[in-house]
Amino acid sequence: MKNRKYLLPAAVVGALALTLTACGPTGGGTTTSDDCSAYGSYGKHDGKTVSVYSTIVDTEATNLEESWAQFEKCTGITIKYEGSKEFETQIGVRAKAGNAPDVAIFPQPGLLADQARAGNLKPAPKTVSDLVDKNWSADWKKYGTVDGTFYASPMLANVKGYIWYVPKTFKDKGWEVPKTWDEMMTLTQKIADDKAMKPWCAGFESGEATGWPGTDWIEDVVLRAEGPEVYDQWVTHGIPFNDPKIVNAFNTTGKVLLDSNYVNGGFGDVRSILSTGFAQAGQPVLDGQCTMHHQATFQAANWPAGTNVAPDGDVWAFMAPPVDASKGVAITGGGEMIGAYKDTPEVQAYLAFMASADFANNRVKLGGAISANKGLDANNAGSELDKLSIQLLQDPKTVFRFDGSDLMPGAVGSNSFWKGIVSWVNGTPAQQVADSIESSWPKG
Amino acid sequence: MEFIGGKLLQVVIAIAAFVAIIGIIMLLVDRAPKSIRDKVTVAGFLAPAAILMLVGLVYPAVSTSALAFTDAKGQPNGVENFVWMFTQPEALVTLRNTVIWTVLVPLLSTVFGLAYAVFIDKARGERVLKALVFMPMAISFVGAGIIWKLVYDYRGPGIEQTGVLNFLRVALGMEPKQFLLDAPENTIFLIIVMVWIQTGFAMVILSAAIKGVPVELVEAARLDGANPWQQFRNVTVPGIRGSLVVVLTTITIATLKVFDIVRTMTAGNFETSVVANEMYTQAFRAGEPGRGAALALILFLLVLPIVLYNARVLRKQREIR
Repeated sequence: MKNRKYLLPAAVVGALALTLTACGPTGGGTTTSDDCSAYGSYGKHDGKTVSVYSTIVDTEATNLEESWAQFEKCTGITIKYEGSKEFETQIGVRAKAGNAPDVAIFPQPGLLADQARAGNLKPAPKTVSDLVDKNWSADWKKYGTVDGTFYASPMLANVKGYIWYVPKTFKDKGWEVPKTWDEMMTLTQKIADDKAMKPWCAGFESGEATGWPGTDWIEDVVLRAEGPEVYDQWVTHGIPFNDPKIVNAFNTTGKVLLDSNYVNGGFGDVRSILSTGFAQAGQPVLDGQCTMHHQATFQAANWPAGTNVAPDGDVWAFMAPPVDASKGVAITGGGEMIGAYKDTPEVQAYLAFMASADFANNRVKLGGAISANKGLDANNAGSELDKLSIQLLQDPKTVFRFDGSDLMPGAVGSNSFWKGIVSWVNGTPAQQVADSIESSWPKG
Repeated sequence: MEFIGGKLLQVVIAIAAFVAIIGIIMLLVDRAPKSIRDKVTVAGFLAPAAILMLVGLVYPAVSTSALAFTDAKGQPNGVENFVWMFTQPEALVTLRNTVIWTVLVPLLSTVFGLAYAVFIDKARGERVLKALVFMPMAISFVGAGIIWKLVYDYRGPGIEQTGVLNFLRVALGMEPKQFLLDAPENTIFLIIVMVWIQTGFAMVILSAAIKGVPVELVEAARLDGANPWQQFRNVTVPGIRGSLVVVLTTITIATLKVFDIVRTMTAGNFETSVVANEMYTQAFRAGEPGRGAALALILFLLVLPIVLYNARVLRKQREIR
């Protein structure tokens, strides 16, 4: 059969064609309507494209794209979204190679500042700046501002410093959710005296990142005990890491974490904190072996499937209370910043939309995300916890600060600070730990 | 998802280009004038490998060496990275641990492997016994690290133990122990993992070598009245010297580069870090590529003499044959 030798190439081509078709962009799944009344102010930009690059992938990315689907439909702009886990290293490379996206969503202010200082980013247009003034607190605007120029509007947020507990246990034992740090310490002593369980459980083990949950503790205490000014000086090295105020924060934290009467319910002594994985560390709360566990909002996903996270559910959380009430209500957390490499009309329209309350509401409605946007309706939140977080973020009295270790240089924030926490829990005195972290701070 | 099709196409194009280039080279070599054909042939066939070596080995080695003399911002800073390495307490601990590792792992693995190989030699069920010890070799270092981390797992007294060793300790009436937290013995507990893996390797090679020792020699020694230890000491060991050197050097090189076990089990915390782990941490986590490169350079210098020695012994053996 003469034709046989054409059979294989033909099959390959056919298979390839099928693969290509199967991998083509899928338009389904988005919920758009014909009502464009809310999008009139962004103008018409038919046939224009805005490319967006960020760290957000998988379901989160799908949700993100869905929250601007209506915007695309009404303005005629096509948003080419690309998410990559390699964003942090790639964005610098792409910008240098002249291959920058139109818009980049930065997961932390440090990277944004690098790009702005390198002259790659365009300052935000006035419309966006005005929207951010209207929708966000000054704290948030500050994180999008580099050397006095405002570049990037905030997008989504996350909140740290929650203390998880079982409401039913509190009710049965007659314990109250503490409103100050001192009340929390009194409660801790009360639980220890009760002897039914240890008051706290913690786990700092996280592979090479072991120690990071401890940095969250220290950051929470510095912000609450010393106030936002000292916190800012601390993360920018305005004061040395071994400043007495910071050493004090270690010691305040140590009154909980380094006391074997208070930790580590379900796992053992103080040092078992270091060998307990952070994702398992909260489990004894549910098992009745410990009372309280300090962890960010994502802990909600660490509970076993079917756990009801609600004020009257299986488990619930309160925000770590203020140490010095006169310094105000303060929380730590994180969030993304949207910076632009171009200033074309369609990019500006996109930026304005992303800074608006409409985007925040669209995205939060889809669940699994919160934002500090004041125009966001807390009732749109996907869960009770998200709702609480949104209310905390929107409260005009709340001071918000970014996770400090994310703002410090990598040599400290993702190395010596983690290691310092490890040796501190392992028995090294706080002063010595702080001295050693200070000596690792990059010079110049 | 849409880029998968594109990637496939790229792969096809790349392979086609490779075949085309090789084809052209061969064609040109074949068409070369007779007078220089030999030289052209040699050059033509060596060039692809030589170019790959230059791009993939020589260039990175040179640029890493240059990097070792720069600071975090890429500015030259002389020998500061090396000063840091030999003065900072944490860096010194790293060097100390690497020395402990490179002394203990090859020694213990070889001793255990040799002893086992001798004892099971010609025993009943030798194959099964060999397979049992060889099996850990099939497990990746990361896998072994995770397994042993669970073995060493700790729960406080009075709480149900999840780690095998602490379970046994408690069953024997002892206090549970934090195996991985206390320096310096925690390094020993990590070394046990590496020995567990490498003993199988040593055993297989040495067992084969022992079988290669001429029977006449052993018999002659026995007739001369040598006891088993003397037979082993004076006949078997000299007979397998070459294999012993290969085993020792191979394990030493593997140990110098050890990274996975430390990173999986302690991530270099609790004073267990070794050079390879610290190199990664400094270069990719702490944003100090200069220090990472300096450590890489030291590692290279440590491995180099062993590789040279190994090559020399192998060459000598070939000459003897």
